[in-house]
Amino acid sequence: MPDLTSRRGLLFGTAAVSAGALLAGCTSNEKDEGNTGSSQQPAADDKPGKAVTIGFAGPQADHGWLNAINEQARARAGKYADVTLDITEGSNDTATQIGQIETLINKKVDVLVILPADGAALTQTGLKAMRAGIPVVNLDRVFSSPQAFRCWVGGDNYGMGLNAGHYIGEKLKDTPDAKVVELAGLDNLELTRQRTKGFDDALKNYPNIKKVARQAADFTVESGQAKMAQLLQAQSAFDALWNHDDDQGVGALRAIDQAGRDDFLMVGGAGALSAFEAIKADDGVLKATVLYPPTMAASAIDLARALGQGKGVSGLAEFEIPSQVTAYSAVVDKSNVDQYMPIGFD
Amino acid sequence: MTHPMSPPAGGVPPAPGAEKPAPPPEGRRTAPRTAFARLDVRTLSLLGVLAALVVAGGVTRPEAFLDVDNLRLVLTQASVIGVVTVGMTFVITAGGIDLSVGAIVALASVWATTVATQEFGFAGILFTSVVVGLGCGLVNGALIAYGAMVPFIATLAMFASARGLALLITEGRTQRVTVDGVLDLGSRDAYVLGVPPLVLVFAAVTAVGWLLLNRTTFGRRTVAVGGNAEAARLAGIDVRRQRLYLYLLSGLCCGIAAFMLVVLSGSGQNTNGNLYELDAIAAAIIGGTLLTGGRGTIVGSVLGVLIFTTITNIFALNNLQSDVQQIAKGAIIVAAVLVQRRTVRNELA
Repeated sequence: MPDLTSRRGLLFGTAAVSAGALLAGCTSNEKDEGNTGSSQQPAADDKPGKAVTIGFAGPQADHGWLNAINEQARARAGKYADVTLDITEGSNDTATQIGQIETLINKKVDVLVILPADGAALTQTGLKAMRAGIPVVNLDRVFSSPQAFRCWVGGDNYGMGLNAGHYIGEKLKDTPDAKVVELAGLDNLELTRQRTKGFDDALKNYPNIKKVARQAADFTVESGQAKMAQLLQAQSAFDALWNHDDDQGVGALRAIDQAGRDDFLMVGGAGALSAFEAIKADDGVLKATVLYPPTMAASAIDLARALGQGKGVSGLAEFEIPSQVTAYSAVVDKSNVDQYMPIGFD
Repeated sequence: MTHPMSPPAGGVPPAPGAEKPAPPPEGRRTAPRTAFARLDVRTLSLLGVLAALVVAGGVTRPEAFLDVDNLRLVLTQASVIGVVTVGMTFVITAGGIDLSVGAIVALASVWATTVATQEFGFAGILFTSVVVGLGCGLVNGALIAYGAMVPFIATLAMFASARGLALLITEGRTQRVTVDGVLDLGSRDAYVLGVPPLVLVFAAVTAVGWLLLNRTTFGRRTVAVGGNAEAARLAGIDVRRQRLYLYLLSGLCCGIAAFMLVVLSGSGQNTNGNLYELDAIAAAIIGGTLLTGGRGTIVGSVLGVLIFTTITNIFALNNLQSDVQQIAKGAIIVAAVLVQRRTVRNELA
């Protein structure tokens, strides 16, 4: 993995080298990702074992991706006869979420899967569960302390930028003086900076490509339309656009349509169903999108089940489940979009 | 007329003048002239700020900024929040506040883009936007006028519940519009003599708003209620009914804005209209509407909106990032208000 300065990056440093190496090999394999992730695929080891009760606490599903997270978790748990899923009503309020998790602790669930509304604020609750002997699988938004979870499963924002940059780079490597534009997400968020850094780092490999403009929207359709309209006015000609988020991409595509522009290639981010459909139809500028796969929630259920049954993950030599799993940000384009269609969210 | 009786002190005088019978005959002859002279100073200072921005844009990015397409872009981006600001100007002029405008826009746009609504096509979407806006305005108005709730609290409650309901309807999903008539309205082919339809709606709402505030009894009553509600009541104005109408008006503007946003973005989302309340209040205040009530200017509000949109445009064209944008925006708000206040003070002295 590239050097990261974030908490997530630090956690990578502390991860066991063997597990890390194995996982790096595993996550870079798109086919495996599809296998373990897609709820359509049979699980690697679906023979019933010891009964496990998994408590699941997530934030309020106020946008498509979080909805998909809940659906993935539910569907995956439903696949296993030996898993009982105790899922809480999602909440963005830290106090409420703490209360919900404490209720799950008191119920003595076997394993907890927690997607905190705010990772730092829920660290103490994670620690409490761990001290009570309930292993915690921390989903995506990471706790401040590695002691607060047994295993972290999440997405790779830096990798999203990196893969988007490489995809665009390969498409434009023969274009002299190619210009690239970036429509970023909410600038207040660390993840936006990581995505941008990954994108910039990838573009450094292609000296003929220059990023000429970057504007930040805020993950909403409205802001996507507004910022993209400004970008189009600012840059009368460019060759490629990377948009961090498919939701704001709906607005960005609207602005592109309204401006009557089709002289560039667009790559999206996250993996919304509408983006997959546009890529499949191949009738506009959107040619690819970089995943931030919601299937990580299904993987978290798999890991929680293995944890509850005291098993490792099949396909790996380890006796225990890994301490870190980073979902790969695969590039979805026309060639492989059908495979990902079932995990697209709206 | 209403302009002259709005001294910065916001004292008692407004009410008698706002009464129908006596003032018009003499007022029409003498008052408007001084009123326009003073209005002009305010408006001129705003136009000065706008002109300075145009120079800044023209110097830094001449080819991209000084362009008809860019003018259309700025006006289009200003249109949605502009319509909301016109409604907000009335509410603030009457001494109220409406913190729920963004949430109402979100709820109306979401309600208007559900699968069920879209089955009714263009008319269904337009009707639903406007009616949901009016409905929210009615609730706000009833709570404030007849429930004796403080506007800040009542509209804060509406802010929370309308956003919650919008989330409940969408479940966080982006509702894409599939009705061609609505989508086409936002495209280039729909331009009327080179002007986007949304800009025309903005212009129409502004014109109606100006007439309503400056040329009707309704407008005079609004100013009177804002200047001194008790005096207005004693002068025979039904203050409560007036307040109800004002929040209805704000709700109506939000409904229209919601439809415009659906046309512009081709979708409905529960995050729509984010922070509109602050943008609308800021534009109205910069424009010269008194936050304490008793004085309001539609022209000023619209100029305020245009100043904000132009700033955003210039920053985006120069590829400045959000951190710089936010700092500069704050500084420009302060500068605009200071310049305006100084000009007005000099004029009065």
